[in-house]
Amino acid sequence: MKKIIAVFIAVITVMSLAACGTNGGTSTTAPQGQTATSTGTQGKKTEIYFLNFKPEAAEVYDRIAADYEKETGVKLKVVTAASNTYEQTLTGEIAKSDAPTIFQINGPVGFRAWKKYCADLKDTKFYSFLTDKSLAITEDGGVYGIPYVIEGYGIIYNEEITDKYFALGDKKTELTSMAQINSFKALKELVEDMQAHKDELGIDGVFASTSMASGNQWRWTTHLANVPFYYEFSENGEYSDTVSAALDAPETEFKYSDNMKNLFSLYTDNSVTEKKLLGSKSVADSMSEFALGKAAMVQNGTWAWSEIADVAGNTVKEDKIKFLPLYTGVDGEEKQGLCVGTENYLAVNSTVSEEKQKASVDFLEWLFGSETGKKYVVNELNFVTPFNTFDEDELPKEPLAAELVKWTAKKDIKSVPWTFAAFPGDAFKSDFASALLSFVQGSAEWDEVKNTVRNSWKDEYEALNS
Amino acid sequence: MRNGLKKVFPIFVLPTLAAFTIAFAVPFIGGIVLSFTDFTTVTDAEWAGLSNYIKAFSNGDFLNALWFTVKFTVVCVLTVNIIAFTLASLLTKKLPGTNLFRTVFFMPNLIGGIVLGYIWQLIINGILSYFGVTITFAAKYGFWGLVALTSWQLIGYMMIIYIAGIQNIPSDLIDAAKVDGASSWDILRHVTIPMVMPSVTICLFLTVTDSFKLFDANLALTDGAPGKQTAMLALDIYKTFYARTGWQGVGQAKAVIFFILVAAISLIQLKLTRSREVEG
Repeated sequence: MKKIIAVFIAVITVMSLAACGTNGGTSTTAPQGQTATSTGTQGKKTEIYFLNFKPEAAEVYDRIAADYEKETGVKLKVVTAASNTYEQTLTGEIAKSDAPTIFQINGPVGFRAWKKYCADLKDTKFYSFLTDKSLAITEDGGVYGIPYVIEGYGIIYNEEITDKYFALGDKKTELTSMAQINSFKALKELVEDMQAHKDELGIDGVFASTSMASGNQWRWTTHLANVPFYYEFSENGEYSDTVSAALDAPETEFKYSDNMKNLFSLYTDNSVTEKKLLGSKSVADSMSEFALGKAAMVQNGTWAWSEIADVAGNTVKEDKIKFLPLYTGVDGEEKQGLCVGTENYLAVNSTVSEEKQKASVDFLEWLFGSETGKKYVVNELNFVTPFNTFDEDELPKEPLAAELVKWTAKKDIKSVPWTFAAFPGDAFKSDFASALLSFVQGSAEWDEVKNTVRNSWKDEYEALNS
Repeated sequence: MRNGLKKVFPIFVLPTLAAFTIAFAVPFIGGIVLSFTDFTTVTDAEWAGLSNYIKAFSNGDFLNALWFTVKFTVVCVLTVNIIAFTLASLLTKKLPGTNLFRTVFFMPNLIGGIVLGYIWQLIINGILSYFGVTITFAAKYGFWGLVALTSWQLIGYMMIIYIAGIQNIPSDLIDAAKVDGASSWDILRHVTIPMVMPSVTICLFLTVTDSFKLFDANLALTDGAPGKQTAMLALDIYKTFYARTGWQGVGQAKAVIFFILVAAISLIQLKLTRSREVEG
């Protein structure tokens, strides 16, 4: 009996080892249907591998992969990292022999981590597609990351509810339309009076919950904080843009911190949820509050529409969802637009074979340059792209994307670039978030937030550049 | 015969040896080597000497996490073992329904830590909302939340081990004690507890290492908030590894120190409790 068991175990062990050895190229993840059809002429076929960042687009990429293989014979493997785990997944995947050939970096700071793996894309057609070449991530004349989607964020509001407010007989303000809201002062007046009339408006609060649960604070520590840092770094005359200025800044003054406090406090004082309970709220909670009509406004970006529309019982009508810039009370903010930028840059892995690198670039050129590819980008991925291959009428139909286009087209209005792309790493953001949480819960003064930001910036800058 | 066995010996050892090398020795040694290097992925490491170990102590995070973990482990070891032993002695008393209760108490152990973390977060936030706060309001809420969660999860398992220990006590020992006029407290103190010392050794070992290494529940319940005040060692290592660009090596160095700590503590503990075991 013992002998039989021993032999059995030995066989199992050997078999499992053999299974490890076969290098599961497709067996690891690979969600899409990969039937092994040969390309005919070549005999061995190129396989490229795209590590996708956007979970909401995973299913679309599977169909793109199928179509691409049908059209060109090149096999495209798409793996999607689960939400908030891209860096982890990339770290694991890129060390494999079957490494991603196309991956994503989140901006100049992400580029530092993955520098060794980014191929120079300067001479590719893909780079020539880029309308504004300055958007790409460059270093010493080389081009290493190319943005593929332009996103924007601000305060999203439900026009039905604001219209209802403007129609109220006993409102205390002179405001009659959202067009008059062009500064923090006006916004504050509107919000506070709306909050006072919340029962008549049928809402629980003007703003959806300021989500402060762990992993859900990025709307404040990056997006909202972007505005004060943009103003601070735009005063630095040595740089042409705020992102490079912030990247080279060993310290920050956080000069406009009170402006951030203005809007942040407006959010939390006129919220659906009581301040001290915000620590348990997630982004999904606040998006569903907005979708269900419990709140009139929520800070978020163009990507939020699918989330709102997917909420069961969504009451927000497609033509009644609008954007408002993040007004914080800075002088001259009447001309400030939405925050427009990207943290999605595509990079090609320089450590895979030349052939695979070329095939990867070919795929990107196909996706953003060919008719079939562009159709997917516009209609299914709903990207507003920074590429000149797209005509002016080739824009996504989503209401928030359309709003973004409308805002960026406005004359005299200046969009705020995504300066937060230069924030020195995730540790800075999480320090910032903890300080904000203590402030919201009343256990810390705003000065503490300010000091935390200053100190953490300094520490993290040193850690990053040591 | 002996010679024949020697010849085939490598064939039988090889699969296990290979499995051990691939699954344990290589990653372990690789991990130690990586702690002395700067790396983004395991294939592009560059030698960095001791700098990672110096950086690991360059801010107070690691020591704070260590202190928090030690406090947590001490409290958990006490709560888990005392409650588990009490339950075990109750459930070996031939009361009706003991099987049902054993199953019920054991069940939490079968639920994964991340799920447990979220469930307990809901429960604790639900209770704290009556006081207008959440679990991230102060470190003490997170601390006791973690203690409650871990105790709840581990008690069932330890209880089963204690039950097995108690049932193994020969009944003549207890009968003899009764004949000698021992009270039930005397029996517990002088018969039961010495006789279950082997179980105590195992349970202490498991609770010490499990609480010391706790990660998933910590991540799901508090994620270190407020600040980094409720981050335990494993979570601190994870955050060092991923939150800072270029600090992967430092995370690795912390992990090596962590390993040495866990190994040292459990060895000392084993030695101490072993010496109290009596021959059955």
